[in-house]
Amino acid sequence: MSDHEYTPKSKVGKWFNDRLPLLTLANHLTDYPTPKNLNYWWTFGGILTFCLITQIITGIILGMHYVAHADLAFQSVEHIMRDVNYGWLIRYVHANGASMFFLAVYIHIFRSLYYGSYKSPREVIWIIGMLIYFLMMATAFMGYVLPWGQMSFWGATVITNLFSAIPLVGDSITTWLWGGYSVDNPTLTRFFSLHYLFPFLILGLVILHIWALHVPGNNNPIGIDIKKPSKDTVPFHPYIVIKDLFALLIFLIIFAFFVFFSPNILGHADNYIEANPLVTPAHIVPEWYLLPFYAILRSVPDKLLGVIAMFAAIFVLVILPWLDTSKVRSTVFRPIYKQFYWFLVADVLILGYVGAMPAEGLYLLIARVATAYYFAHFLIILPFLGMKEKTTPLPLSITEPVLGGSTDMAMARNNRDFKERL
Amino acid sequence: MKNFLKLLAFFTIILSLTFSRANAAGEQQELLKVDWSFKSFFGKFDRASLQRGYQVYSEVCASCHSLKHLSYRNLAEKGGPEFTELEAKAIASNFEVTDGPNSDGEMFERPAKLSDKFVMPYANVQEAIAANGGAYPPDMSVLVKARGGGANYIYSVLMGYEDPPEGMELDDGVYYNKYMYGNKIKMASPLDDDIVEYSDGTKATVDQMAKDVTTFLQWTAEPHLETRHKMGFRVIIYLVVLTILVYFSMKKIWSRIETKV
Repeated sequence: MSDHEYTPKSKVGKWFNDRLPLLTLANHLTDYPTPKNLNYWWTFGGILTFCLITQIITGIILGMHYVAHADLAFQSVEHIMRDVNYGWLIRYVHANGASMFFLAVYIHIFRSLYYGSYKSPREVIWIIGMLIYFLMMATAFMGYVLPWGQMSFWGATVITNLFSAIPLVGDSITTWLWGGYSVDNPTLTRFFSLHYLFPFLILGLVILHIWALHVPGNNNPIGIDIKKPSKDTVPFHPYIVIKDLFALLIFLIIFAFFVFFSPNILGHADNYIEANPLVTPAHIVPEWYLLPFYAILRSVPDKLLGVIAMFAAIFVLVILPWLDTSKVRSTVFRPIYKQFYWFLVADVLILGYVGAMPAEGLYLLIARVATAYYFAHFLIILPFLGMKEKTTPLPLSITEPVLGGSTDMAMARNNRDFKERL
Repeated sequence: MKNFLKLLAFFTIILSLTFSRANAAGEQQELLKVDWSFKSFFGKFDRASLQRGYQVYSEVCASCHSLKHLSYRNLAEKGGPEFTELEAKAIASNFEVTDGPNSDGEMFERPAKLSDKFVMPYANVQEAIAANGGAYPPDMSVLVKARGGGANYIYSVLMGYEDPPEGMELDDGVYYNKYMYGNKIKMASPLDDDIVEYSDGTKATVDQMAKDVTTFLQWTAEPHLETRHKMGFRVIIYLVVLTILVYFSMKKIWSRIETKV
C-alpha cells in the first residue's frame, strides 16, 4: 500500500511487524499523502466515521436495557429514559446521532458530486459508498421501528407493504418479511436483530471504502491528478488530522445543541404514543432523511412503478460514474454543470419538502415535476452535458494554477471574474 | 477560513429550516403561548408549580388518566416536585397494590410503597374505554412529548373549552374545544375555578391550574430536563473552549507550510 518501505525502529517492533505488518499500516495511515488544498467539505469523511462509532457504542448500551417485544418495547424505552443512569443522554445521542449521521452523509455525497470524486479512477469508492448509504437507510428505518410508537408501527407497515407491489410473489414476500400476517412481534424482533447486525456490515464496508480511497488517493477541489507525495501533498498526520478534529468539534457543538436543548425536534410527536394497530395516524411520514425518496415513491400513481422509481433513484446514483461523460472532475472548471448542480440540490430539497406534505393537489404536482427533473438530471443532462460542455482550462498542479498564480483557487477565480467585469 | 464561514452559514440555514418547520407543523389554530420556566437554555421547573400540578393531577385527572411509567419515588427525586421522602411515602400509602404470591401461594393487597409504579385508575384499556363513553383517556406519562405543540398544546386544550360555533351539532358526551384536533373532544372541561384548594394559598383559577398541571406533565414527560439543561450548557462551553484551542493548534501546525487552512 505504502509507496516507500517502512522498517520499525525497535527490535520488538520489527519482530512483530514481520509477522503482522500492523506498524506498516499505521505508518501508511499517518504518512498518507493528502492534497494540501482540501477544503472543509472534505472533513466529513472523518465526521462520518465518528458518527458510526458513536451510533455503535450508544446502540450497544441501549441494547443492554431495551426489550424487543411488542408489549414491552415502549415501556423499556421509557425505563431507559427515566431509570437507567444517563439513559436519557444515551438514547438522545443515539436518536439525534442518526439525524446527524445523515446530515453528514448528505454533505459528503454532495461534495463528491460537486468535485467529481466518483469519476475514474474512484468508481469503486463511490459504489461502496452508495452501498453504505443504502444500508444506512435500512438500518435507520429499522431503528425507528424499535421504540414501537405509532410512527414506528405505521412507518413499518407502509414500507414493508411496498414489497407487496411485486407481481405474483409480492404478498408472500411481505408475509415472510413480517413473520405473520401483519406487522407484529415477529417483525419487531427481526428488525432488532438486523438493526444490531447492519452497523457492523457498514463498518466493514467503511474499511473497504477507505482502503479503496487509499489506492488512488484523495480527489481535491480542483480535481486534477497530482503526484504523491509531492509539493502538492501533506502527510495525513498531523495536518489533516488536526483539521478534521477542528471540523468535528464544530459539528459536535451543533450535535450537542440538538441533544441537550431540542432532543425531540427531529422526531415525530406521534412516536411517543404507543403503537396501536387499530388507530392510524393522520399523516404517516418517515424521518426527514428519507423524505426525498418518499416523495418520489408517492409521485408515481402506480404502486409497483412507484417502488421501482424509488429504488431507481438510488440506482442512478450507483451508475453515476458512467452517466457523467465529462472527463473534467471538478465543477470549478465546468461553468454549465455548476448551474445544473445547484438545480439538483434545490430539486432534492424540494422533494424533501413535498415528501413531508400530504400527497395531494399542488404538492403532488410539484413532487412529480421534481421527480422527473431528478431523473432527467442523471439520465439526460449529465451524459449530454459531458460531451457538449466547454470547460475552462485546468491548472497543471495545485501549487501552480494557471489562473492568477494564487494557491487559493476561489481567490484566483474571483480575481479573474473581477477583471472580466472591468 | 472563507470556506469555513460558508460551512457555518450552511449549518445556520439547516438549523433555522428545521426549527421553522417544527414550528409550522400544521396547527390549524394558533396555540396559546406561555412563557414557561422550563424553556430556554437554563430552564428549570418551578418547584411550587410542580407540587400544585401534582395536586391538580391527583384530584382531577387521576380518576381517568394513568401515569403508568412513573413510580412514587419519582415524586421525591431531585429535579421533580421534590416532595420530602415522608410526603412521597404518605402519597404512596393512599393506594392499594396487589402483591404476591406469598408463602401460601396467595396474592394479597398492601399499601403502595415508593418503589411501586403509579396505580392506574382502570385495570386495562378496555375498562377505561368502557367507562369513558368509548374514548380512551390517554396515559399522561409522556403526553406533552406526544403532542405537536408540546406544553403549549396541553395548556391550550385546557383553556380552549367554548360554546360551539353556531350551526355545529355535537353528540352527547362530545364537547367543543378550540384547540383540539378537529375541535371535538370527549372530555368535559376538567377545570373549574376553586375545584382544588391549594395548600400554599395560591388562588386556584382555571388558568393557574392549567399552568400548574401542564408544568407537572412536562416533568413527567422529561424527568431529567433540569440535569439535561445543566449538562448541556457545560458540554457546549467545554466544546467551544476545546474548539478554540484546536483552532490555534491547527493554525500553528499549518504555518509550517505555505498553505492556508
